[in-house]
Amino acid sequence: MTRPELKLIEPLPPEPTGPPAEQCLSFRGGRPAELLITGAHVIDPNAGHDGVLDVLVRGGEIAEIGSGLKAPEGAETIDASGKHLFPGFVDPHVHLRTPGFEYKENLESGTRSAAAGGFTAIIAMANTNPPVDSPGAIQSLRMRAQEDAHIPVAFSATVTKGMKGKQLSEMAELAEAGAICFTDDGLPIVDAGLMRQALQYQRLSGRPLALHQEDPALTRGGVMHEGRVSAELGLAGYPPVSESTYIARDALLAEYEGGRIHVQHLSCIGSIEAVAAAKERGVQITTEVTPHHLTLTDEAIGDGTDANFKMNPPLRTEEDRQALIAALKSGVVDIIATDHAPHAAHEKEVPFELAAMGVTGLETSFPVVYTDLVKTGVLDLSLVIDRLTKGAALFELPTPTVAKGAPANFNLIDLDATWVVGEEGYASRSSNSCFAGRELSGRVLMTVAAGVVAFRARSFAMQEVGA
Amino acid sequence: MRNLIGIAGLKREEIERLLDRAESLSAIMERENKKLPTLSGRTIVNLFFENSTRTRSSFDLAAKRLSADTVTIQASSSSTEKGESLRDTVQTLSAYNPSAIVVRSPHVGAPGMITRWTDASVINAGDGKHEHPTQALLDAFTLRRRLGELDGRNIWIVGDVLHSRVARSNILALTALGASVTVCGPPTLIPRQIEELGCNVSFTLDGSSEADVLYVLRMQNERMEEDQSFIPSVREYARYFQINGKRLGANQLLMHPGPVNRGVELSPDVVDAPQSLITEQVAAGVAVRMAVFYELLAGRGPDGGAAKEEAAQVQGVKSTL
Repeated sequence: MTRPELKLIEPLPPEPTGPPAEQCLSFRGGRPAELLITGAHVIDPNAGHDGVLDVLVRGGEIAEIGSGLKAPEGAETIDASGKHLFPGFVDPHVHLRTPGFEYKENLESGTRSAAAGGFTAIIAMANTNPPVDSPGAIQSLRMRAQEDAHIPVAFSATVTKGMKGKQLSEMAELAEAGAICFTDDGLPIVDAGLMRQALQYQRLSGRPLALHQEDPALTRGGVMHEGRVSAELGLAGYPPVSESTYIARDALLAEYEGGRIHVQHLSCIGSIEAVAAAKERGVQITTEVTPHHLTLTDEAIGDGTDANFKMNPPLRTEEDRQALIAALKSGVVDIIATDHAPHAAHEKEVPFELAAMGVTGLETSFPVVYTDLVKTGVLDLSLVIDRLTKGAALFELPTPTVAKGAPANFNLIDLDATWVVGEEGYASRSSNSCFAGRELSGRVLMTVAAGVVAFRARSFAMQEVGA
Repeated sequence: MRNLIGIAGLKREEIERLLDRAESLSAIMERENKKLPTLSGRTIVNLFFENSTRTRSSFDLAAKRLSADTVTIQASSSSTEKGESLRDTVQTLSAYNPSAIVVRSPHVGAPGMITRWTDASVINAGDGKHEHPTQALLDAFTLRRRLGELDGRNIWIVGDVLHSRVARSNILALTALGASVTVCGPPTLIPRQIEELGCNVSFTLDGSSEADVLYVLRMQNERMEEDQSFIPSVREYARYFQINGKRLGANQLLMHPGPVNRGVELSPDVVDAPQSLITEQVAAGVAVRMAVFYELLAGRGPDGGAAKEEAAQVQGVKSTL
């Protein structure tokens, strides 16, 4: 049966109240980089680079790209032969835990962790304590980031007041104060009527709604994927339909209201199908997948004694994992996002059922995807770079580009260098990585964000600085 | 074998060795003096985070029959409520240098986690809905005494499988010993993909008359969340799934891990019927738990230096068996 043409009232155009998205980024800044990077293999699908080039950075901007470039006076020369230079990664899904949970992460440690992972911009989630639901909260976070943030960070605000799911937050004012998007991440918006109102209000805020999709009636008591492993361990499961039913619902609402939604952390086949169908119909819907959902399954939970494999949505089956990889390739899933969710040791060193949900991800994102999916020939490196940078565009932020005249937003990575996750500690305040102890290929040596050197690996100390 | 965390991962030979050991120990239990010196001077901690009468007393008695000193801690309302973590509690108790910690927890995986924080052997006395390995061993022990080898035997586990650690451990133990296991209950109480543990699934009692054994589970109201009902009514459940005089064949054996909800999963008359092994199961508990202590501890000194003395003692015990 073919679907009859939808006769929807053309939604009125939005009249956004906020500044351009780019101005929502806050950053402590620093001395503009003066660098000559020679002989790096530059891969930037947007700029059309895939080859060995020299990159000259002057005053924090990319001044020249070419061969045989000479270092001007005062510029540091970095011999990057055998290394790769990629446009900076952008992660629109990071929990910086500030305010209220600074014992897990704060603006300084979270952005340092991001810089160490090669990221040059991130979006912070709003499920803090108190939740970010007032213009004042956004403003104070932005002021704080201007002192502490190693890389540019944009802040989301909640969809509902206090994340209680009862009443819309003041979305127009929040947008005006610089909220980059709206999300109750960590919790779904259960009330479909409220979800509809949020989509209507989007005409004023102009900002995307980022949605954590989960029907709590179907996930009650659940702590992992419902399947063979949960049956064996006696742990209550999250059936995959708990996610896909909500995606289908909100895609229909977004279609009806002419709204725009971003579905966070897709985990299963049913969700991919719901998104593909919505995209087919022309719904403004974008999606993300995490590195752990691309590389692990519920089998990793093993005997259920390591809560570093507990996250929401949960790790699912091999079929789901393969479908997520295929969807990332085809573009049904738009981007890779980490859902970096730091938790303190005492929140994870408890039985699985009691442990907090979530894993860290910023420092392992690229290396895990590179090791498990690129080196094995499953994904093309340039596709991965595209999916790690395109998060910017989904939120109307400028996409980092290695191009003459652009602000320097890139990272330098040694793809051949191996390292053991956690062996030298983490830049994050928390160590709840589901890849702890794994040997990974791909070591971030340096990150330049918004024209400033934001991270430099210990083994990659300052080299010769010109006189 | 250092710890007993679950039946999962045990080989058939390991299960059989434990059952054989329990057999020889139960012979001793017929004697006037039931005490063996095997674990004299050793300490065993019973750490119970859930209420339990029969399992706790059975472990306690088993340890005492082997001459161990026991410390029993009912922790559900003590240290953990004061905010002490499981790890803190275990590390505190480890200061007594126990040879074994027997742990019951409402949470899956707690015994496995404890093995990381103590040098003592850890024995799982039930963790959430996961496993209850000594229960499965005593059930297998009881059945083997009645039926001999279990190869090819047809065993039905009936009732609230979803919330039952007894069911999970028994599926694994009984299939490992060669029996064919069918789990039966209303679809809301049968976990999805439970068949991957190697059992059959039936949503009705049709065909249960072919079974050699009906193993009936307790309806675990305490594990169901308050606002979540898994069955429309107890009355309706009993109509379709209660084992009563009509449904229990004259040559079928009846088992139940206790405590029984009379009138729910079992009709009052079958509990005391000649086919019922329920009291034999309880009696088997002590011998089986002694066998577990023996396997885990007798060959292993509390420290390296005592190993020789231990070995001599073990020899001594063997000769008396």
